[in-house]
Amino acid sequence: MSQRRKVAASQGKRRSQAALENDGGEDVSFTQPTSSQLQRARDNFTSVQVDHKAAEVVQFILIKDQKKIPIRRTDIAKHIVKEYRAVYQDIMVRVGLIFERVFGMELVEIDTKSHTYILINKLEPTTEEPLSLNPKIGLLFVVLSVIFMKGGVIKEAVLKNTLKKLRVDFEERHDEFGDVKKLITEEFLRQKYLEYTRVPHTDPPEFEFRWGIRAEKEVSKLKIIELVGQLHNQDPQIWTQQYREATSQSSQSSQRS
Amino acid sequence: MAQPMGDSHRRFLQAIMSLGIVDESQANALHRSCCEQHGVNYDQRSLDDFIGAINVQLQPVFIQIRTGNSEEDGFQYRALVNMAETDVTRLSSDYAENELELFRKTMDLIVESESGSASSMDILNSADTLLTRKLKKKEAELVLQKFVQDKWLNEKHGSYSLSTRCIIEMDQYLRNTYQDLKVCHVCNNIALQSQICDNPMCGIRIHIPCVARFFKGNSDPHCPECKDFWPHEIPEIQRPPSSQHQRLSENAAPSTSGRPSTSQSRRPRR
Ligand SMILES: [Zn+2]
Ligand SMILES: [Zn+2]
Repeated sequence: MSQRRKVAASQGKRRSQAALENDGGEDVSFTQPTSSQLQRARDNFTSVQVDHKAAEVVQFILIKDQKKIPIRRTDIAKHIVKEYRAVYQDIMVRVGLIFERVFGMELVEIDTKSHTYILINKLEPTTEEPLSLNPKIGLLFVVLSVIFMKGGVIKEAVLKNTLKKLRVDFEERHDEFGDVKKLITEEFLRQKYLEYTRVPHTDPPEFEFRWGIRAEKEVSKLKIIELVGQLHNQDPQIWTQQYREATSQSSQSSQRS
Repeated sequence: MAQPMGDSHRRFLQAIMSLGIVDESQANALHRSCCEQHGVNYDQRSLDDFIGAINVQLQPVFIQIRTGNSEEDGFQYRALVNMAETDVTRLSSDYAENELELFRKTMDLIVESESGSASSMDILNSADTLLTRKLKKKEAELVLQKFVQDKWLNEKHGSYSLSTRCIIEMDQYLRNTYQDLKVCHVCNNIALQSQICDNPMCGIRIHIPCVARFFKGNSDPHCPECKDFWPHEIPEIQRPPSSQHQRLSENAAPSTSGRPSTSQSRRPRR
């Protein structure tokens, strides 16, 4: 163990530096090996070696995920998989199994062109738990529920006004959330919880918010609508359209798993 | 026999991952809520088995939920430990090369001190001697603040000690790096903030909370090793603050990503 660690440590600086510098680079050519190439590669590496690589990839992805940075296939291949590239698929299958069985998470490709992945939580979503862990997630749930109840898209100005009524001001520092504007228009976007686009043909430009891909995958619309129902002391079924959408999402996800 | 891993275990693991370290009451609260959310029978006594089942699964990826005690209050904590000192953990670090060097220097000062702590003045002076890139006093102060925020160091009245999280995570590293590192005579864990036997031929260390338990009700305490009189104050045993349950959010640690890796400074002393 200690020998391995020493070797790894001596390579560490160079490799990690490269990883950081290349974060903005392009996807290098990533050709699928032919079946005979694959067979030869499989013969070259023992199952233990492939498991070990898979463990390194898991760590790499977990670290990126701490900051909710999307993970690119190129970075995994270049910085971790390296000379094991021929068995990349084998490694990633094991990585996927580890995330599912041990962590209750799933690696999802969000961009098939650049081969970018995010890690999403596969466990039944709950609203109580993340709220108590992190006040920012509380704000996120409010924003998501406002968007959802407005039919899936909301103008920035409308969102600002709605939040103002809840005493959360875009332009002011909030005790719990810090810089609200930055949180909503930068952090939540980067984490793929929200999508922020310019409304076409607007001058001066207007912007609107939608649910991001992470929210679509991780957040239960049924829980959101139940939460809204509790707040308004209403049966969530009175919002027929939203309720239909929420129940269809939950039946889809139960089919998926 | 190990329990199989279920969703209650996975949710517990996810929570520990985002918190970094939890005290025992938080661990119990989490255990309970994870069991309840997934319809599993909750038994408070089974927390160790519950965590054991998670650790079995984590072992192949060199991660572990490890138990340790605070040197200050003696209470038990659980922390997520990354055991692979690979370049991957190096990448995870939020610190620049010279900041890491300052961290190692701070560790040196703390471990070599009798009190298990180092004054901010001594640490800041050592910032002048960094080999990678010197830090100005102001910069070094900010870096120290960051170490405290990220829960690697504790600060009290301008003196710094290693945090519980740091001691749990870096246990092996500390033992490998500092050959004359002392362990507690009572609990066998690394002893930094502790009482030391006055007999220069003996010099054993006992953690302050361990002293409290070991010499409880003893009006004439003697060193368990050399039998000399134990001349230090015997503190009261601290009770866990059961009435004032901390909310998890107050203790939300910035996860494992902030870990200052020390893998490059492995060098036996003397
Ligand atoms: Zn002790
Ligand atoms: Zn003695």
